[in-house]
Amino acid sequence: MGDNTLVLGQRLSEWCGHAPALEEDIAMANTALDLIGQTQLWLGLAAERKGQGHSADDLAYHRDAWDFRNLLLVEQPNRDFGVTMMRQFLFDCWHLEALKALTAHADAEISAIAQKSVKEVTYHRERSTDTVIALGDGTEQSHKKMQAALDRLWPYVGEMFTADDDDLMDVAALRPGFDAHVMASLTEATLTRPDSDFAHQGGKTGARHSEHLGHMLATMQSLPRSYPDAKW
Amino acid sequence: MSNEWPLYEVFIRGQHGLSHRHVGSLHASDAEHAIQNARDVYTRRKEGVSIWVVPAAQITASSPEDKGALFDPADDKVYRHPTFFDIPDDVGAM
Amino acid sequence: MYAQMIKSEATQDDPVKLAVFQKRIDAGDKIEPKDWMPEGYRKTLIRQIGQHAHSEIVGQLPEGNWITRAPSLERKAILLAKVQDEAGHGLYLYCAAETLGVSRDELTEMLLDGRMKYSSIFAYPTLTWADMGAVGWLVDGAAILNQVPLQRTSFGPYARAMVRICKEESFHQRQGFDIMMKMVNGTAAQKRMAQDALDRLWYPSLMMFGPSDAESVHSEQSMAWKIKINGNDELRQKFVDQTVPQAEYLGLTIPDEHLKWNEDKGGYDFSQPDWSEFFDVLKGNGPCSTERIEARQKAWDNGAWVREARMAHAAKKRAAKLAAE
Repeated sequence: MGDNTLVLGQRLSEWCGHAPALEEDIAMANTALDLIGQTQLWLGLAAERKGQGHSADDLAYHRDAWDFRNLLLVEQPNRDFGVTMMRQFLFDCWHLEALKALTAHADAEISAIAQKSVKEVTYHRERSTDTVIALGDGTEQSHKKMQAALDRLWPYVGEMFTADDDDLMDVAALRPGFDAHVMASLTEATLTRPDSDFAHQGGKTGARHSEHLGHMLATMQSLPRSYPDAKW
Repeated sequence: MSNEWPLYEVFIRGQHGLSHRHVGSLHASDAEHAIQNARDVYTRRKEGVSIWVVPAAQITASSPEDKGALFDPADDKVYRHPTFFDIPDDVGAM
Repeated sequence: MYAQMIKSEATQDDPVKLAVFQKRIDAGDKIEPKDWMPEGYRKTLIRQIGQHAHSEIVGQLPEGNWITRAPSLERKAILLAKVQDEAGHGLYLYCAAETLGVSRDELTEMLLDGRMKYSSIFAYPTLTWADMGAVGWLVDGAAILNQVPLQRTSFGPYARAMVRICKEESFHQRQGFDIMMKMVNGTAAQKRMAQDALDRLWYPSLMMFGPSDAESVHSEQSMAWKIKINGNDELRQKFVDQTVPQAEYLGLTIPDEHLKWNEDKGGYDFSQPDWSEFFDVLKGNGPCSTERIEARQKAWDNGAWVREARMAHAAKKRAAKLAAE
């Protein structure tokens, strides 16, 4: 959960100062800030459970790509605003279902983080849904761009529902909720769900990330790695 | 510029139950977008619990030339203010 | 400052109206958008508020340069929140300018084609993490000196925007100083970064206040209109006087061998920045001038389809709603 929010928060923060309108710039930064905040909670909890005096920052800045357990979807590059918002929409739809499930988790600390996050992510999904609908429906050009973004990212949807031993919840059970919201929104956006359900795998297991993650980590981790003794 | 998002005026009601207050403006493509933008732009520091947005073009304002006629007549109605009346201290708070 | 070298525009208005207007300003009245105002007042304000807004937006870029490389999750969040605030400040200021009858799109185009400027400071690069500290400490420190008095400026929407901005800015300088404290108390490499940042950003910070008042023929009118509150030299002196002890506290050396306390004037004597460099930067020859405008141009061009599509969608929604009624 923490790697997903970290990697996507990092991706979104790349937009700061470059968005299509000031209002969108500010909104994207809000989402990124929520995700970074959630990262501090998830990785903080993971570090605490790991013991040995580890911190959230240790996990964020001193692990290599193969130790990251994030979905391939969130490490995909921003490309243009359409791809960024489609990635956000698909992730938000999964994220909200996942957090709802986790609010009932037996571990009190996990459910507490989920309860805090679920409010933030409810808004994320509202905003990204409206954006996907507006841009899908908007002009011929924007429709084309959004359909291309959906086609490009759809192969990363399946991984969100592929179970592995590290899952905190039954991820396959999240699919109906995800499908219901996604399909209704795509219809309103006049976009077509791709036929193929082919799904890339390997992000959440860490077995095979995309090439993009390494570059992102090289940037993100550069200071703590170059100056291991420094406190910032 | 025909494609510029229109201007909306934003009003926010804070935590303490006071009236919605004008906090500023922003651009948005429609009212729903304006509500979202207002949430993101004007409530970053927990400023509010309720948002109104109004298209700036829909606001009718009083004219500055009428300022005298509209507001000066209230000048001499001092009896509308509680301090106009002397109540003896013995009566207590009123 | 964020609005450097603003020329007061000439005014050719009815002298009687001008006199009444000046009387209102002198009495401390706020001028509101629908009130009568001299054409020069309106134009000067559009230029000044526009340049101030552009500075906030272009000012996102040098700090944005380090968001993805912030060395901890907390620092990342703080920096992102700060750069986001700058977008917000730009937004408030554009809205204030818009009340004068110019659109945000028009202002943006004037920035992109060079008809309008942004503060010289943002044409300088941010080269190490210590620059995030130095920008907050020095640049925001300088900006605050200018912005606090502007809360009393005569134009209502500008004054109200400044009130909001000052309220939000209060954490910016402090977070910068906090970074500097961590750096100077850190490793040898961190200390070196901190001194290097001060060395590079000191004179560009002094330039933010603009050239000496003696050389500025336009200050007088702007001050009479209360859209400029303090003189450039006065604010620069104040900045130096407040910053020198802070540098001493940090154990850093201000790169000025002539810096000396002057008991008579109760302030420091200090060296002027290289003003020819300043004029070069204003002409677009700053170290990062090309990149800054290029980045804004790219955001503008690449965002056009998004802005258009949102309008098209809103129109379709309206039409569908009408048809249903």
